Amino acid sequence: MNLRLRVDPIACTGHGLCADLAPELVQLDEWGYPILADDVPPALAVHARRAVRACPTLALKLGRAERGAGQAQNRRDHGPQRSHGSRRN
Amino acid sequence: MSLLAAMPATTVTVHALAAAAGPSPLWYATRATGVVALLLLTLNVVLGVANTARYSAARLPRMVSAGLHRNVSLLAVGVVVVHILTSVLDPYAPIGFASAVIPFISPYRPFWLSLGTIAFDMLLALVLTSLLRPWLPYRLWRGVHWLGYACWPIALWHGLGTGTDSRLTLVLALDAGCVLIVAGAVWWRLRLARPGIGRRIGKVATAAVVLATIAFVAVGPLQHDWSRRAGTPAAASPAAAVRVQAAAANAPGPGLQWAAA
Repeated sequence: MNLRLRVDPIACTGHGLCADLAPELVQLDEWGYPILADDVPPALAVHARRAVRACPTLALKLGRAERGAGQAQNRRDHGPQRSHGSRRN
Repeated sequence: MSLLAAMPATTVTVHALAAAAGPSPLWYATRATGVVALLLLTLNVVLGVANTARYSAARLPRMVSAGLHRNVSLLAVGVVVVHILTSVLDPYAPIGFASAVIPFISPYRPFWLSLGTIAFDMLLALVLTSLLRPWLPYRLWRGVHWLGYACWPIALWHGLGTGTDSRLTLVLALDAGCVLIVAGAVWWRLRLARPGIGRRIGKVATAAVVLATIAFVAVGPLQHDWSRRAGTPAAASPAAAVRVQAAAANAPGPGLQWAAA
């Protein structure tokens, strides 16, 4: 079971704490909004959780990667919004 | 003792206690932790505003100021808990455990002590909702977090109104510095807000709170009879009255034995 970060693009206001806390998983685009890695390796799960908890607007969610990993490389969240993303943490 | 009997009630108890035992280490700890708590809460208001303002510097990245905001508030809760425990356990002033969370039930300086109780309740609400934040609706957390701006002045007035040391020059200077810093931080926060009625209310409220604080210090704690005015009229509290009767009626009454313990 792979974990995956998702961002709610409406709630996200680009504080950028996620990129501070989990630089392996989150990069910022030129406007300061997150570009997320495809999957969260188990070794980085703790950092992903920390980034989720630190998000000032609770826009970042960690959930199971339900669909195949075959999405575009510069995935700029196309994942489901709040309803799905908030399963655990 | 005949002199004591002639004096107003609570004053008698407190002075008799002080004469019998002198303030205990617990009482000094209460006063010290009170001052430290004010400094920590001041730092925390600034850090909170800095986070909202997205302030970052080479030596203070967002991650650090956000982590500090969290950890300083937890530290402040710890210091305030020590502040409460020592004041309850110390026999110098009659303060019960329940007054830690329920305002207006203490016989000792009821109003000014209760401001501390209210500020502590607010602090608990702030910290608990923040610890549970990922599982709460965002708006609920944010709504509760606005309490921080009310918590700080209430805690300050608690210190000014009931602090044993609030008349010391050093403590007055610290208080003034903290007021300036927090007022500056609030001003910074208001500049981030959208122009409108809310911002105007915020500016007026900030100025009013600062002026009210200055006026209060001048007519309250700086006056010589403040400790009497801040204290309880003895008749209002049965607990104090009982102790006072004991202290005033016969020389080494239960009140004094209790004080020496």
